[in-house]
Amino acid sequence: MTIEELDQIAESVRAANAKFDYEVNVCMGTGCLSQHSDQLKDALAKEANAQGKNALIRRTGCMGLCAAGPLVLCDPDEILYQHVKADNAQQLVASLGGDPVRKLQCDLREHFDQQVHVVLENSGHIDPERIDDYIARDGYQALLKALIEMTPQEVIHEITEAGLRGRGGGGYPTGLKWSTVAKATGDFKYVICNGDEGDPGAFMDRSVLESDPQRVIEGMAIAAYAVGASKGFVYVRAEYPLAVARLTACLRDARRRGLLGNNICNTPFSFDVEIRLGAGAFVCGEETALIASIEGKRGQPKPRPPYPAVSGLWGKPTLINNVETFANVPPILRKGGKWFAGIGTEKSKGTKVFAITGKITNTGLVEVPMGMTLRKIIEGIGGGVPDGHAFKAVQTGGPSGGCIPAEHLDIPVSYESLIQMGSMMGSGGMIVMDDTSCMVNVARFFIEFCMTESCGKCIPCRAGTAQMFTLLTRICSGSGTMDDLELLVDLCGTIKETSLCGLGMTAPNPVLSTLKYFKNEYIDHIVHKRCPAGVCNIHAPAPEAASPFEVLA
Amino acid sequence: MPAFTPPPLPSDDKRWKIVNGTMRKNGFARYALIETLHTVQSSFGYLDDAAITFVAKSLRVPLSQAYGVVTFYHYFSLKPPGKHTMTICSGTACYIKGTDKLIAAAEQRLGIPHGQTTKDGKISLMTARCVGACGRAPVVLLDGDLCGQMENDAMIEQLERWAVE
Repeated sequence: MTIEELDQIAESVRAANAKFDYEVNVCMGTGCLSQHSDQLKDALAKEANAQGKNALIRRTGCMGLCAAGPLVLCDPDEILYQHVKADNAQQLVASLGGDPVRKLQCDLREHFDQQVHVVLENSGHIDPERIDDYIARDGYQALLKALIEMTPQEVIHEITEAGLRGRGGGGYPTGLKWSTVAKATGDFKYVICNGDEGDPGAFMDRSVLESDPQRVIEGMAIAAYAVGASKGFVYVRAEYPLAVARLTACLRDARRRGLLGNNICNTPFSFDVEIRLGAGAFVCGEETALIASIEGKRGQPKPRPPYPAVSGLWGKPTLINNVETFANVPPILRKGGKWFAGIGTEKSKGTKVFAITGKITNTGLVEVPMGMTLRKIIEGIGGGVPDGHAFKAVQTGGPSGGCIPAEHLDIPVSYESLIQMGSMMGSGGMIVMDDTSCMVNVARFFIEFCMTESCGKCIPCRAGTAQMFTLLTRICSGSGTMDDLELLVDLCGTIKETSLCGLGMTAPNPVLSTLKYFKNEYIDHIVHKRCPAGVCNIHAPAPEAASPFEVLA
Repeated sequence: MPAFTPPPLPSDDKRWKIVNGTMRKNGFARYALIETLHTVQSSFGYLDDAAITFVAKSLRVPLSQAYGVVTFYHYFSLKPPGKHTMTICSGTACYIKGTDKLIAAAEQRLGIPHGQTTKDGKISLMTARCVGACGRAPVVLLDGDLCGQMENDAMIEQLERWAVE
């Protein structure tokens, strides 16, 4: 494969597409598929045939607005339809080239216009399982450019210049990580793509893997070239069957095209990728635990150092990055680090994909430049809280993050500002809560999550989260005391400072942040024995369910 | 040292051949343990003692370690599933939209806590940590098929349908 051959493929795809008068893109991500968008696509194809319209009916990845699915995008007029059923196929095909079907039209200019798509640039525009579609949108240009025109050092320099930071949550500078692995001595190195999106309420990685898997593969190949690795693993959750299926198909296609395997594009560089399935353990998102899981062991973290960059998978230097981080790499190499660094804030560059869910009108996936205010994301793009309820808080960062109240909605979103608020960027889940959510109950939910997901290796996390859960259950049931609250704060500090890995160190965040901003709700539960949101069942006696955990701890 | 010969298949059930295929593909390497257990679970629906022993012996992994892996990961089940499985997502987005009430209602209807199967073996009630379809919360998986925006009545109706089947 050479750049000329890539251009040829791209040209032939464009020529084939140009033969059609219309393009009808049907979203077939998990959300829309669950509403039978596959049947819709068949119906549209049948109708187009019957009505003699020269239309290309294409299956695409996620278009973002999952709550309004199934979504259909008709080109060249760029008309987006929502809630399309197979019965509407006739109407929709008939409208091609004429007036749009008004009652199905989705007019959300504000939602789409404020977004900047870098990672999601192809989502909703290409067939995820057709590698040629990806190539036609400049796919694999970056890999070939790196292999033919650049040295590994130059690639790392470009990434460093872009200021890309890890999108998995920590925000570690990607360029620095790459250069550490590149400098590590070893005859064999590995690249791992972390797709173990355990954070409940977040689905960016799933969406990227379902909508544009080739981009992740290309990003991994570039990373492998830069650090000198020859083998890659994608670790995906087993709960994402569609992502696994599409990734498998894409890996096969990439190998067939000679973009993976031995001597890629007639260069000495060889690289191949294997898929490893997760088995439902949140802690496996932590890099050392993930490595243990790939080795076929219990996913328990190890103390660092040594960092995986020096001694990782099977003791070899290993580069681990998140799905979204890898997805950012091809555009950076294509358009240059300076272009990427031009988006975002001073310390947080580029864009970030967020999954906005919970009590919000436009549920789904959005990609915004760093530095946009939370208010703009939630009220502008997200469309605000529905049904006349009042916004109460937004939870970012999943079980490791915290809740940000209404008065701080004007902060710009970046790694630093969110940490300052007592939350964190996390992988990008944003769960909006309104006045019907009880913050104490939410904190209890997250602690229960951390308690059941704790791997049990270190005591602060294993025993501490269980004790916190007991205390929070007591407060929720109305039998808590002010001493319990003090104990809770004390425990938070201990767990934060003494846990082995990120899970334990961040587990107290939901409690600390709700205590910071919603202490009155805790007081209401303890002193006035009432739940302001009416969620907690205060009159019930203390549930016995809490006791086994006390024994366990 | 004599060459390692993997143990014979536990029975002539064809599914063991699929399991063996996964192990062979990975050269009977120890790291294939999780991979192989995935194959067993997808072929048999659950992992019983015979399966774990067979996999452990084939991959030369201590039985304790194999059992440790099985019990560590939530995805693996040691009990056979019911004829139908209802999995209610209890991720954050679903929780905010009230799946705790759905779970309670289903538990009450079936008379079992979540994570168990009814005595007649018809219905298993499970919870999931997040299936990534948060845009359609609250989400329930009916025999693996995703149903979004689930309401209490629709869910109970589905359980009734399964119960009389």
